[in-house]
Amino acid sequence: MLPSRQSVLRSRNVSKSYGDGAARFQALRGVSLDIHAGESVAIVGKSGSGKSTLMHLLALLDSPDTGSIDVDGIDAKDRSRRALDTLRNETFGFVFQQFFMIPNATVLENVVLPLKIAGMPRRLRIARGMEVLEQVELADKAANRATALSGGQKQRMVIARALANRPKVIFADEPTGNLDSATGEVVIGLLFALNAQEGLTLVIVTHDEELAGRCDTRFVIADGLLARAVGPRSTVAA
Amino acid sequence: MSPLEIVRTAIANTFRSRLRTSLTVLAIFVGAFTLTLTNGVGTGINAYITTQVDSMGASDVMIVTKARAGGNPFAASDEGPTVHDAGRATAMSGEGMQIEVLTDRDLAAILAIDGITRVEPFVTVTTDYVTREAREKYDFTVATGGVGLNVDFVAGRPLREDDAHALILPVSYLTPLGFDDADAALGGLVTIGITDVGGQLHLVEAEIVGVQEVTIFDSGTLISARLKEALHEAQMTGMPAGYRDVYMMASARFEPGRNALGEKGIKEALAGSGYAGSTLQDQLGMMTSVITGIVWVLNAFGIIALVAAGFGIINTLLMSVQERTREIGLMKSMGMSRARLFALFSSEAIFIGFLGSALGAGVAIVAGTIVSTLLAEGPLASLAGLRVIAFDPLPVALVVALVMTIAFFAGTLPAARASRLDAIDALRYE
Repeated sequence: MLPSRQSVLRSRNVSKSYGDGAARFQALRGVSLDIHAGESVAIVGKSGSGKSTLMHLLALLDSPDTGSIDVDGIDAKDRSRRALDTLRNETFGFVFQQFFMIPNATVLENVVLPLKIAGMPRRLRIARGMEVLEQVELADKAANRATALSGGQKQRMVIARALANRPKVIFADEPTGNLDSATGEVVIGLLFALNAQEGLTLVIVTHDEELAGRCDTRFVIADGLLARAVGPRSTVAA
Repeated sequence: MSPLEIVRTAIANTFRSRLRTSLTVLAIFVGAFTLTLTNGVGTGINAYITTQVDSMGASDVMIVTKARAGGNPFAASDEGPTVHDAGRATAMSGEGMQIEVLTDRDLAAILAIDGITRVEPFVTVTTDYVTREAREKYDFTVATGGVGLNVDFVAGRPLREDDAHALILPVSYLTPLGFDDADAALGGLVTIGITDVGGQLHLVEAEIVGVQEVTIFDSGTLISARLKEALHEAQMTGMPAGYRDVYMMASARFEPGRNALGEKGIKEALAGSGYAGSTLQDQLGMMTSVITGIVWVLNAFGIIALVAAGFGIINTLLMSVQERTREIGLMKSMGMSRARLFALFSSEAIFIGFLGSALGAGVAIVAGTIVSTLLAEGPLASLAGLRVIAFDPLPVALVVALVMTIAFFAGTLPAARASRLDAIDALRYE
């Protein structure tokens, strides 16, 4: 552990369950971990292990039953709903396996969605949208319909969308799940390049051991518990 | 997302499923079309009645009659027979009905009331015919009022207090009396025939100073005060003196400013002295109320159509929320607040309402104008100046605003559902 580095995300003993009574399912049973700025982190585990739940909690899309999630050293519980909305908008970028695009909208319109939600004026939005599309080499497709893109192009568009707001952390949920291996390699290469060149913190949820192996740190989740943490900087909190 | 951006996005979203939006808009269209048209009928007919009412009497004139003890002249008295008072004159009696008349003594008492500036008894002049040069004799009645009336003039001018034997001829008399047009009639002389109580025919000449449109209230031809006096004089030739100066009613000019309590004060003072006063607005306001009532019944149908359309909006937007669940989840994960999502879906509802109502009102105005033009030139040509359907900007704007309000309320259910969607559930939704 490098004490000089600030934890961007920190979880302390978080647990989460779904359902009631006999249908009750304990997704997480108390997970504590730290993610530092600029780190690339893989959250790995089998389906049903609780890895997606952990990502949702870290990304403040959901709140834990017990325990705490700190972002930049402040407990999410101490932030108002509005502050959480703003925090997600400004600090996080999301790359989902299923892309989640707005159909019938153009590539550019999809990419600037977080900027639109942030309330950025149209002209600035378009300029920034084109900038990130350059970055993922999709500038020539800006005016195309999003649905008309190939799988790899769609995922690059989604990465551009995640980058638009200049986030500190990018959450990627099975980013290569829907792509063939060659296309998946291009997308992964792009994410690691952003991590290396721009210091973006990368949190990747995957069951792909090889992809996980390329990350600085690996958190292995099994049966709702942190089974193992492998990496140079992150540690399992005591 | 800025409010302007929300509206812009909502409008764009509305056009994403065109067929669904069009069908919902069509349902609203029917309601808005009906409401605009029924209100148009109300506006048109009431405007016509207002001009007609104006043609019947000046607004500062009250009709004064003697109030009977019981108030209603037709009501049988519960308190037994009234003691006879020789000082009270009865003009008409029979079938349990008595109407008391006004005498010169009464006229003086009315004039003494604060605010009343002038009292003129209504003299009923029954003329026989009007003719000109060697032409046919035509039936002819004269109006009870005269000076100060507003009429739809085709040519000429209103009557003045100092007019000698002058009259305003209805336009329908022009051709029979041999005038080429209204302007040619101005200054022309006509002869009026009138029979006195003894059966003797008298002829009186009068000058045409104006030509007026025909009105629905056939109140007779307007004539100057002096002409009326002359005709009355002719009619009363041979009448015993005691019967000459009794009147059914009188018209009183008033100035509300001269009574501390205004028009109401004048009426109360009249009632206190045993008279009843009512303006033309009092009497004919009832007609407007009836028309307004009918229009509201018709409006009810339009509103029923709109309520049905409201359910259409709910349905459309619920489907839209369902279809866009993931998109909503995505926007929430990107930090779109509940309030903004609610605003986004509400704006879609309001915009659908606006589309339907603007189209409905627009088509109703075009259709209504065509129909009322055809009616005015065809079946209703005899009612000059009548536009059965007329449109004022205010009621039309109110209809559009009402529909948008209904649409907003219809949109609250789907919008609330969208804003309360859980981001995780929404993203997991297949």
